[in-house]
Amino acid sequence: MAWFRRQKKGIERAASEESKVRTEGLWKKCDGCRQIVWKKDLDANLSVCPRCQHHYRINAHQRLELLFDAGGYTEHDAGLASTDPLKFVDTKPYDQRLKAAKKKTGMQDAILFGEGKLAGRPVQIGAMEFAFIGGSMGAVVGEKVTRAAERSLEAKLPLVIVSCSGGARMMEGVVSLMQMAKISAALARLDDARVPYISLLTDPTTGGVTACYAMQGDLNIAEPGALIGFAGPRVIEQTIGQKLPEGFQRSEFLLDKGFLDAIVPRKDLKSYLSNALDFLSP
Amino acid sequence: MAKQSSTQKELAQLERRLTELEGNSASGGQVKTQINELKQQVTALREELVGPRGVWQRVELARHPQRPYTLDYIKLLFEDFSEIHGDRHFGDDPALLCGMVRFHGEPVLVVGHQKGRDTKERVWRNFGQAKPEGFRKALRAMKLAAKFGRPIFSLVDTQGAYPGVDAEARGQAEAIASCLREISRLPVPIVVTVTGEGGSGGALAIAIGDKVNMMENAFYSVISPEGCASIMWRDATKKELAAEALKITSEDLLAMGLIDEIIPEPEGGAHRNYQQMGKLLDEVLVRSLAELRGLSTEELLARRYDKFRRMGRFFQLA
Ligand SMILES: [Zn+2]
Repeated sequence: MAWFRRQKKGIERAASEESKVRTEGLWKKCDGCRQIVWKKDLDANLSVCPRCQHHYRINAHQRLELLFDAGGYTEHDAGLASTDPLKFVDTKPYDQRLKAAKKKTGMQDAILFGEGKLAGRPVQIGAMEFAFIGGSMGAVVGEKVTRAAERSLEAKLPLVIVSCSGGARMMEGVVSLMQMAKISAALARLDDARVPYISLLTDPTTGGVTACYAMQGDLNIAEPGALIGFAGPRVIEQTIGQKLPEGFQRSEFLLDKGFLDAIVPRKDLKSYLSNALDFLSP
Repeated sequence: MAKQSSTQKELAQLERRLTELEGNSASGGQVKTQINELKQQVTALREELVGPRGVWQRVELARHPQRPYTLDYIKLLFEDFSEIHGDRHFGDDPALLCGMVRFHGEPVLVVGHQKGRDTKERVWRNFGQAKPEGFRKALRAMKLAAKFGRPIFSLVDTQGAYPGVDAEARGQAEAIASCLREISRLPVPIVVTVTGEGGSGGALAIAIGDKVNMMENAFYSVISPEGCASIMWRDATKKELAAEALKITSEDLLAMGLIDEIIPEPEGGAHRNYQQMGKLLDEVLVRSLAELRGLSTEELLARRYDKFRRMGRFFQLA
């Protein structure tokens, strides 16, 4: 456990790792509107394009900084690391992929859990880190989410999980799959005990994470334009042998089909969560 | 495939012989040489069985077009099958069957994937790949069983949940997520058997239970070997390597503590002898149900939680 304070230095370090937003120059061409946007404008706007509202991916630390009140949070289970259960080797040993991901992100695995306050209310928040092997879920993510659910149950502490994941981690095989069962059972207990759980889906959330905790919230909400699905678009295109229509599996599509409670822009997330937690708390 | 079982037999013989020799306390130099030779042979045979080629043969057995499916087991093991159709929201999914049956006289719910036997039926049943309405139907039927205190038998045999446009639009992920959460707390005994392919989320959606069995030649995986090969090796022809790397056999799963029991199959695979396979499954279901019967609902649910809670403790403090 480590105590994080809102230190300027820490934020800058974390932000500079976000390659999608910060490149060498002072401006970039927006992925959404193809217009030139100034980096400083993007940074000042929570990594959302001021022109087209394209939501750029932010990392797990930035996410917690965004949602917790000033004063920081206590991190839980920071040191949990995978033991490579299958000794998996494809074109490269999994062990090496893990090492590279740890170096790149400064994290031991693909999820970060913090306990602190959101708009003055005690809460636990987890955020997935896409830069860690595509935010994939193996034994460590499974264990950390389960422990978080159990802590929330014990302390009657509302839980928020921000998903950003390609799904179950292939290199941990069926061990990854079983995490879905383990987590679901823990979240069912939270549900029985009427402890609020809110799932926030961000770009992208697919596969075993969507088919598990990302869709098991009392409320399931998403940022605008996020890719959300069970099967990935490429797999579906292979199945049907044609290109998918524009906007398929995006937040707006899921809202239209009835699978999201709300689409919430990043700037409004904190107030949305605060209101929702007021409503959901007995 | 016949080769598979003859190799297994040969291996068993050699291992017995090895144990005998090693148990012989008065072993001289000649015996030691014999032991070393035997050990080398055993290693080579094991490699043939658990190496990429051997694992792939198991995958082919699990997918054998004549392998018994859920409807075959229903005929072999149960009486008075009355099917329950539809999710009461969108439609009926022929890829996933539910029905009330009698098992040795006792009312039980059976849910299971159903692949087709001929081309027409395969297309109709979508090759056993369920859509959201299939999972929602299964959950509805399972809740019904729970309401009236009936045990549930789940038979798993699917490549996976259907990855199509319609399935996504109707909430494939939400349907599976709901099954996982709700089945984990259904207050009746649930016995799961992976009979063929245990294909990822589409399998797990109906594979949470108090006892999880796997047939000897079934496999259980987070992704199909072909899918894994094309993602990790960028080459679908590496499917045998992927199958081996993913550790998907019943022995692998048992060794990792992810299943409870392996159900042996008739020589050459389940498709060689339906009657015998039915008997072998029946014996395990009778015993599994008897074990679970003695538990109170609280004990049952606590044990189910702990069973999955313990799974995959492959982490350490860095
Ligand atoms: Zn833009």
